[in-house]
Amino acid sequence: MRFRFSPPLLRRPGFTAGDAVIVLALAGLLAAGLRLGWRAPAVLHGPEISLSPSALPLYALLSTARMTAAYVLSLAFTLVYGYAAARSRTARRVLIPLLDILQSVPILSFLPVVLLGLSAILPQKPAAELAAVLLIFTSQAWNMAYSFYQSITTLPNELREAAAVFRLDRWLRFKTLELPFATLGLIWNSMMSWAGGWFFLMAAEIFRVGERDFRLRGLGAYLQEAANQGDMRAVVYGVAALVATIVVLDQILWRPLLSWADKFRLDGVAGEEPPRCWFGDLVSRSWLVERAGAHLAAPLGERVDRFLHERLGGAPAAPPGDRSEARPSRAVFLAGAATALLVLYGGYRAFGLLATLPFSSWKPLLIGLAATLLRVAAALAIALAWTVPAGVAIGMNRRLASLAQPIVQVVASIPATALFPVIVLALLSAPGGLNLAAIVLMLMGTQWYLLFNVIAGASAIPQDLRFTTDLLRLPFLDRWRVLILPAIFPYVVTGAITAAGGAWNASIVAERTEFAGRSRTTVGVGALIAGATAQGDYALLLAATLVLIVTVVLINRTFWRAMYRLAEERYRME
Amino acid sequence: MNLVGDENLLELQGVDKTYGSDGRTFLAVKNVSLRIRPGEFVGLLGPSGCGKSTLLRIITGLSPASSGGVLYRGRPLVGINPHATIVFQTFALYPWLTVEENVEIALKARGLPPSERRARALRLIDLVGLDGFESAYPRELSGGMRQKVGFARAMAVEPELLCLDEPFSALDLLSADALRGELLELWLGKSIPTQAILLVTHNIEEALLLADRLIIMDKDPGRVVAEMAVGLRYPRHRKDTAFLATLDKVYAIVAGRTERETAPAGTASGQPGRKTRLPVARINALAGLMEKVREEGGRVDLHRLAGELHLELDDLLPVVEGAELLGFAQVDAGDIVLTALGQAFADASITARKEIIAGRILRHPTIRWIYETLQQDDDRHVAASFFLERLQAEFGDDAPQQLENAISWGRYAELFTFDDDTDELFMEA
Repeated sequence: MRFRFSPPLLRRPGFTAGDAVIVLALAGLLAAGLRLGWRAPAVLHGPEISLSPSALPLYALLSTARMTAAYVLSLAFTLVYGYAAARSRTARRVLIPLLDILQSVPILSFLPVVLLGLSAILPQKPAAELAAVLLIFTSQAWNMAYSFYQSITTLPNELREAAAVFRLDRWLRFKTLELPFATLGLIWNSMMSWAGGWFFLMAAEIFRVGERDFRLRGLGAYLQEAANQGDMRAVVYGVAALVATIVVLDQILWRPLLSWADKFRLDGVAGEEPPRCWFGDLVSRSWLVERAGAHLAAPLGERVDRFLHERLGGAPAAPPGDRSEARPSRAVFLAGAATALLVLYGGYRAFGLLATLPFSSWKPLLIGLAATLLRVAAALAIALAWTVPAGVAIGMNRRLASLAQPIVQVVASIPATALFPVIVLALLSAPGGLNLAAIVLMLMGTQWYLLFNVIAGASAIPQDLRFTTDLLRLPFLDRWRVLILPAIFPYVVTGAITAAGGAWNASIVAERTEFAGRSRTTVGVGALIAGATAQGDYALLLAATLVLIVTVVLINRTFWRAMYRLAEERYRME
Repeated sequence: MNLVGDENLLELQGVDKTYGSDGRTFLAVKNVSLRIRPGEFVGLLGPSGCGKSTLLRIITGLSPASSGGVLYRGRPLVGINPHATIVFQTFALYPWLTVEENVEIALKARGLPPSERRARALRLIDLVGLDGFESAYPRELSGGMRQKVGFARAMAVEPELLCLDEPFSALDLLSADALRGELLELWLGKSIPTQAILLVTHNIEEALLLADRLIIMDKDPGRVVAEMAVGLRYPRHRKDTAFLATLDKVYAIVAGRTERETAPAGTASGQPGRKTRLPVARINALAGLMEKVREEGGRVDLHRLAGELHLELDDLLPVVEGAELLGFAQVDAGDIVLTALGQAFADASITARKEIIAGRILRHPTIRWIYETLQQDDDRHVAASFFLERLQAEFGDDAPQQLENAISWGRYAELFTFDDDTDELFMEA
């Protein structure tokens, strides 16, 4: 299984002054959103959700359309942001640390603020739709932008020099060098982002607190309604429709893209089997596509190239490397100063709002934080306990891998949030109730990251090391201690960082739920955020969201960073 | 023969190139002056790290000189040199473009219309002998064929100055030989409008096979140490006596430049004065070399030795340098000569060898300084960062490599060693 995801966070020094500025800016942004939220209507009626199977195609289409809109937005953002960060040293100093923080922030915690803010300025339907798209966007964009940035900055020097010597203008260099080189990484990250996007889409489609019903017609809402009414047949239909949508998109969109992008590999060796895909073959063999390519796309591309060449051609790109960065211009300086003022003002407003929070509210907040932290830890521990043995078994046994892989892939593709209503339905009567359901939801959202990474790690153990261990006849425990655990450690850390991020996110929707007209809560920071949204307690909402963000960023910067370092320095296979 | 004009195509006047800033600088190229005239095929020869690729990047305008003048046809060069192109060591083809597209992209960048681009690209692909491969992707081609695409692309823009950056060194021997022959044919037959060729290489034979004139460089810092005209007629053959005589002459210049000292010179860390670098410890190679030279009676021609050991000069010279530093051998007129100590080393057992090396390397200031620092420490453990910091002041970016070299020499001689877990150097009490 090719699972390429390495979280690019934690590569920088620990907590810095820049981080504090960024958190301050986030606080200001949240405060601004909440200020708008004052005017949000107190009662919002959601749409009617039909449980008829004939509604499913439309719902699937609506959900997919939201995903597509968010993805297009993410892609546009990626190209602009990544390119800017790669080309300008001044921009990089701001953009990359910002990306780093945004990646580790639990995005779902923004959902209530975004929903409230938007529904104050827009009619309810567009507000909810826009919030969903924005939410998915924030879950998709960061790793794509980072991947693109990283590709451009790691271009082999000689390719870059060739572009300069042959005087490719900026557009040609982007088109023939930078974009192709970045394509493979971008597609892998897009697939990751797309899969992750479902999780947030489902969460956005079912969001409802108190009298405010922000639900959207779509597969997520369908599943929730089905569970609400205890209609198990509808649940099965909904899950089937969701899985079918995901699988179909994978087959007709991502697989063909991946097999097409194979030509952008740099280490290309002839004879190596390129990934095949039936749909891609079908399209590329089509007469129509071929004609369209030769008679429409090619001349059009030529026109664009010419046009841009005339605009840019006069000034060939600056030589690579050695670029002595010009001092930031006055405009940049002014923009920076204005941003700094805005950040300060936003931070000031945020603190003003926080100051209205009675002192006694902070205690339950910290207790809630601790409870959520415990849940996240528990979910991670359970996930580790089963994924490590299972992943190692699958990764080290080719036959088992070929059997398990398709099953795991399909099961893992179901976003945990889609099944959450069903889980609540099943567990509500059990002891621990919602508490247990919350952990299960976190677990479902996180275990796959771990499993995939453990499989990847186990299958990457060099054959000769395994042979040596066999020849030494190491007893079972020593085998794990000497070979397997060290070998998979970096992969486990990578998976666990992502998994923990997912678990924090899940807490927002998991700790408080509206079920059959009644709201149930358990102790936790997620429950506090949802509760504050329901009651319109904006000071508490801001405080809880900020506390959650700061905690997660701190944990990333201390605990996970130390783990990551250990993995990099000690347990890397060379 | 090409007529050599009076006017310089390119001239470097006292060019320096430094990297880094704020006092931590590395001088890559020092005070280089050279000229290339129309009609010349110039070979720029030197060991790795002598700055010849840096010079090539200055000449093509990819990277500016830190000081000194770069003149093209008498005018100062600003930005990318529009009259020069490079054929790269690693080909630098875009793997996602076909052979034809790779050649065409260079023409497209100059704003040529599609029909003309295509015609020119096809003619050049034909010229380098790649007809029929127009629509192939680079990954489908062998190394030699890929480099032909590199040549076709460079020639497509009809440069006045064609720069070749070790273009044959990533190829197998046969392909390299064939491609060299084809390049000469194009150049001598004037089938290309190129005015001059600059070949950067570390391979002496290659330079002698192709160039009219050699510019020989050495490192630390990179500088020009000699220039010589190659008076040989084309086609040149490796076995000709005239060729072999010239080859020996070049070897003498190149190898004669390495340090010739009986006692390692240089001052200790922290002391003022000249610093000497520690070569990479290749004890096995060193022992092998000593044994080989002893077998040959204590004196061998370096060129012959490189041939017999199937080594490039680039791989052989650092070992020779190490032998000289330890006082095991000397270089004399292109020959390596064993000293009495070298003789003793070649005859010694493994333990005795360790003792000989320990005695010798302690004379090197860096090793002695590390050794003494450890001895003076109470528990004989000192953090690697301490040494690194001091070395950084003297060797800059090369400091980690210097410390690594010192550790591997020290380990072999059992003087001191390194604990990876604690990042400390230590010696047994």
